[in-house]
Amino acid sequence: MPDLEPTVATTTKTGGRFFTRFTRQQRYMHAVLFTTFLGLAGTGLPLRFSESIWARGLARGVGGFGAILFFHKLCAVVLTIAFLIHLKEIFTRGIVHREMGVFWGSNSMVANWKDAKDLFGHLRWFVGLGPKPNFDRYAYWEKFDYWAVFWGMIVIGFSGYAMWFAPFFAHFLPGWALNAVLVIHSEEGLLAILFIFSIHFVNTHLRPDSFPMDMVVFTGVESEEEFKLKRPLEYERLKREGKLEGRLGEAPQTWLINFSRVVGTIAIVIGLTLLVLTLTAYFS
Amino acid sequence: MGKAAGVRRILQEPLASRAKMFMRSGILVAGLAGLLLMFAAGRLNAQSECLACHGDQTMQDANGHSIAVDGKTFGESIHGSLQCNDCHTNIKEYPHPEQVAKVECKSCHADEAKGLAGSVHADSAEHPCTSCHGNAHTIFPKADSRSAVYPLNVPKTCGNCHGTEGMAKKHGLASVYPLYVDSIHGFALSNEGLLVAANCQSCHGSHHILSHTNPESPTYKTNIPKTCGSCHAKINDDYEMGIHGKAVAAGNLKAPVCTDCHTAHAILQPTEAAFRMQSTPICGSCHKDQLSTYRDTFHSQLGSLGGYVETARCWDCHGAHQILPASDPHSPINKANLVTTCGKCHAGANLSFVQYQPHANAHDRKLNPALYFVRLFMNVLLIGTLAFFLIHTILWLIRARYNQIKKKSTDGGKDA
Repeated sequence: MPDLEPTVATTTKTGGRFFTRFTRQQRYMHAVLFTTFLGLAGTGLPLRFSESIWARGLARGVGGFGAILFFHKLCAVVLTIAFLIHLKEIFTRGIVHREMGVFWGSNSMVANWKDAKDLFGHLRWFVGLGPKPNFDRYAYWEKFDYWAVFWGMIVIGFSGYAMWFAPFFAHFLPGWALNAVLVIHSEEGLLAILFIFSIHFVNTHLRPDSFPMDMVVFTGVESEEEFKLKRPLEYERLKREGKLEGRLGEAPQTWLINFSRVVGTIAIVIGLTLLVLTLTAYFS
Repeated sequence: MGKAAGVRRILQEPLASRAKMFMRSGILVAGLAGLLLMFAAGRLNAQSECLACHGDQTMQDANGHSIAVDGKTFGESIHGSLQCNDCHTNIKEYPHPEQVAKVECKSCHADEAKGLAGSVHADSAEHPCTSCHGNAHTIFPKADSRSAVYPLNVPKTCGNCHGTEGMAKKHGLASVYPLYVDSIHGFALSNEGLLVAANCQSCHGSHHILSHTNPESPTYKTNIPKTCGSCHAKINDDYEMGIHGKAVAAGNLKAPVCTDCHTAHAILQPTEAAFRMQSTPICGSCHKDQLSTYRDTFHSQLGSLGGYVETARCWDCHGAHQILPASDPHSPINKANLVTTCGKCHAGANLSFVQYQPHANAHDRKLNPALYFVRLFMNVLLIGTLAFFLIHTILWLIRARYNQIKKKSTDGGKDA
């Protein structure tokens, strides 16, 4: 719908250029991740806090006691498939195509010395002891988010499947491990829920620079102004190397922005609700 | 009354002297026949004489109470063969005195009266015979469906008092009738018309009802297994061999009897969801530590979500009536039987699988060291990560907002 573009352009402050940050596949991956994550949290929390007053109500809301496990497992399977697709992607790019940028460099998710310096620089800036660090394509907290999910996928996934297929896993796990998997699953799940619904929400979406939500993960593009402000190093590097134009993207269409706002708001509201429920159950 | 005794005397006399007075036997037989005829005629006369007035169904005494008698129903009733003044003894002739003597059932029913005298219903003013047996002129044998104490009618009869709030307030007794009606016994009785289903008197007795605090009572704690066992014989045998039964027999009154787990009146079908939901806390009211560790397991977590009843409850693993310690080779939780016991739900359960501890305590370092350290690690990870990022993010928020306000104020103070 090219006729809509001028309308969109006037809605942005600069009316200027947009640059691609996430590919379509990455955006879909995030959508699958947060949808299944909300599903897993919504069906897992009533189990974790089954003694609390809201657990039974929530279980009933999902469709009763039988449905709650079904949906939990369904979301788990979908998320597992998404994770496997992601692993295959890394394998193809990094191992088959020898794209070394996957494993190190400014486009990689792997942490480096600059991330450690950025973390301390950022902390110093928080308390007014130094200048604000300039971030590259992926800042240290974004890399942490990524690896937290990566580690969580393995830990929660493995412990979950160990419970689902306990008699099978018992062939090669010791007896106490069958007890441990529930502790691991619920504690790690709780950590993931508390982290995503408080830290990730604020770091990525609710902080003043992005408030009320960072649309880039939904639309895939961000304005030139935002790009320069948030990731000055990447911007300058691309400009220097003359690759900036190659990253030019189309301005997001109105329907996509509105759709993303609705979906994002729903996700954030559900997340914050679950966060409040978790905290009330934890401290009561 | 007088005539009945007279007949008996006459009957006894010739029997005692029949050897001596053989010759007079013919006369005696004739005389006896005559007397019997007179007796029968007199009885009919007496009833019909009284009914000449009291047959009027609108007849009332000075206080407005009905003093009418339905002669037809009375004739069919268990007392239908008696004369009116067999019970109303001070009425000899007509017109009869204004004040009629109180009818004393015990003059015939001495055993019942004796039983009642020592019972919780001993106060005869509050509990006259008629309060259970109904209108004195329409009493039927208890095998007759018209009887107030016919098995299918007993709960309703008792419920007249034991189903009201007034009763609860006055005597501190629970209103048990509604509980009973919804119970498995009440259901069998009222819905299926099962005559053998336990009604009130199956457990409490009828006339000599004693408080459950009285060691003589069939509802006294130690007598309950026998009382329930009078129908549930096999279960009672199992119970007596189990650890609870042995403890009760040894005088440990803390050990549960049937009613502690099943309740006394609101007894549910044990496979019913409601019972499966309520059974665990009952066991846990004594076995507190075991309940607490059970609560930490998936069995409990899923099981607590109302209605999901398939997950293991205490007695799915421990057995219900013949509960035996794990050391007993017959116990379902004996090591040798675990594969079978767990296998009831977990198809494919093997020796390694049954090492799972359904009562593991992740806070007990000595008992479950591996689990203890796993939990500790996970807790440190959770608290550490959250604490660091919480501080990090709160500081960031403050700093970012501060910068934003400063920047906007230099822009001319807009939105500052």
